[in-house]
Amino acid sequence: MTNMLAALGRFVLGGLTRLGRATGFGGVLLRRVGTAFTRFRLTLDQLFAIGVRTFLIVVVAGIFVGMVLALQGYYTLVNFGAENSLGVLVALSLVRELGPVVAALLFAGRAGSALTAEIGLMKSGEQLAALEMMAVDPYRRILAPRFVAGFISLPLLAALFSAVGVYGAWLVGVQMLGLDAGAFWGQMQDSVDFHADVLNGLIKAVVFGAVVTWIALFEGHDCTPTAAGISRATTRTVVNGSLAVLGLDFLLTALMFGG
Amino acid sequence: MEKRATEMAVGAFVALGLAALVMLALQVSGLAAIGTPSGYQVSAYFNNIGGLRERAPVKAGGVTVGRVTAIDYDQRSYTARVTLTIDGNYDAFPRDTVASIHTSGLLGEQFVSFEPGGDVDYLGEGDTIEFTESAIVLERLIGQFMFQQGRD
Repeated sequence: MTNMLAALGRFVLGGLTRLGRATGFGGVLLRRVGTAFTRFRLTLDQLFAIGVRTFLIVVVAGIFVGMVLALQGYYTLVNFGAENSLGVLVALSLVRELGPVVAALLFAGRAGSALTAEIGLMKSGEQLAALEMMAVDPYRRILAPRFVAGFISLPLLAALFSAVGVYGAWLVGVQMLGLDAGAFWGQMQDSVDFHADVLNGLIKAVVFGAVVTWIALFEGHDCTPTAAGISRATTRTVVNGSLAVLGLDFLLTALMFGG
Repeated sequence: MEKRATEMAVGAFVALGLAALVMLALQVSGLAAIGTPSGYQVSAYFNNIGGLRERAPVKAGGVTVGRVTAIDYDQRSYTARVTLTIDGNYDAFPRDTVASIHTSGLLGEQFVSFEPGGDVDYLGEGDTIEFTESAIVLERLIGQFMFQQGRD
């Protein structure tokens, strides 16, 4: 009994300690993030590694999600004779929810895991310590550019996902199922609001980008510097990052569309 | 050379991302079509506007000629005052034009429909449309129908 209580306490304390370390890490990172802009060259390389390399999976996933949404939406809407609202259904789901969320999940899996593994390996190879020995701040030189690159990349990726998804839906709805193109685009434009829908979706993506990159960098920086430790940290990045995205999405949706 | 390739790739990525954003703004949310509607404003009083919302289209013969820019309630006449901004290109609507609220499809959005009359004077800035038809409230229609059925 006392053992179980102690185990519970250890679990809670461990979790809180990690959260505290992550917050401290985030604070230090934010204070030193300026280097990412003064030496933009470093950020550019990370934009390539994080953004450009995630581009393909996001675009392909976007097309297929849009096509599937159109197909499933059509079969339901056609029962009510409301198949002309397909554009609205697809555009709103993509712009508000699926674009930011699915892009962030893919981002956590594709770019977040790579970031964690890279930083973790640097740590276990004592490259970070070596940098510090040379009076080069690893936060400024290594972490800040990666953070800013993730922060910039995800909103762009989410916008791409949504845009490509809408065209995927157009392909299925208008080209395959023969909906009227005018109704498809027209009703979409009537119902989707730039501020309420597109901008809020973008804000979500910005938040997700910051959180996922922060988690990935923290896990890498905080990992046990062994092969098994890096492997665990990478797993934690994907799991915690995805959970954080889904939880935050609910919170942000409640804030944005609830009131 | 490799630096240049990285720069090109990042440039293309950012450009594509921004293009997607512009596409979402213009094509999906129709920001360009709305923008700041220029034209002249007329108001119309309806007994019941149903589910009409601001920014709903004003259509004549099915063509969008303007947008609903404001909806408020007039406490003296106990009617809803709907302010319509009509595109300046369409400046030849007769003064006795009938404005009615229609629904696109059974469950679609509501819009204001113009049925031009035969007056020689045209509607201009600040005019009030005299002839209006309120929205058809489906529930009321069903209620009336059932009431009549019961009487027969």
